[in-house]
Amino acid sequence: MSDAIEKVSIIISKGSLEGIYPGLIMANGARAEGIEANLFFTFFGLDAIHKKRMEHIKVATVGNPGMHMATLVGGLPGMSAIATHMMNKKMEDFDIPSIPEFMELISDTGAGMYACLASVDLFGMTESDFIDELDGIITVGDFYEIAAGGQILFT
Amino acid sequence: MATVTIAGHTIDRNDEGFFEDPDQWNQEVATEVAKEEGIEELTPKHWQVIEFMRKEYFEKGTGPTVRMLGKTSGVTVKELYQLFPKGPAKVAAKVAGIPKPRGCI
Repeated sequence: MSDAIEKVSIIISKGSLEGIYPGLIMANGARAEGIEANLFFTFFGLDAIHKKRMEHIKVATVGNPGMHMATLVGGLPGMSAIATHMMNKKMEDFDIPSIPEFMELISDTGAGMYACLASVDLFGMTESDFIDELDGIITVGDFYEIAAGGQILFT
Repeated sequence: MATVTIAGHTIDRNDEGFFEDPDQWNQEVATEVAKEEGIEELTPKHWQVIEFMRKEYFEKGTGPTVRMLGKTSGVTVKELYQLFPKGPAKVAAKVAGIPKPRGCI
């Protein structure tokens, strides 16, 4: 068991539903296996921990081949909202928590949650924009220190 | 699969250490399995989780995930991780003598 993974740090950089959920599922799954886990939110990934935006995360219907629809169709008004609604409905059926509930759960598992300082500054956000579960706004250097000795996943 | 003797009882376990037959389980065995998992003493809170897991398993055919445990066992997710630091659903299932719970969340 010497090659067992003992620690993961997961970087979430996208603000779409399909960009955020995989990272959350990986982090929660790691903790369920007793693996230490940290989440680092950077760039548009900050929306996942933004109090007002986290409830309005959408599926990308343009430039997303996984949607299996023509780009023109995906770009029609309301298309992203419809796809998001359908996806949320499906996830509810499979008992996957909403993003706000998921964040609370992950925080309760003892995983660390950090926002990228450079991105926070870039978007003109402040600590008060983020959920209380956030463990801090840190530099990339700080993140690498926290991630030291473990695996880093970029989603 | 391996047949082992724990606290004087014969137990069939799979390669990961989960019980093949939950009926071979008893409290004495649970105490020993907990020690293997680094839990020196099972507190009343531990037993609450263990008994809940067995009840769920016999009712539903599978053990609950951490999220479901946090919602329905009366023990919060935070407490669950304090009781079973190496993964509540997995370790509690092992101690409770039921198969490993499946599911990603």
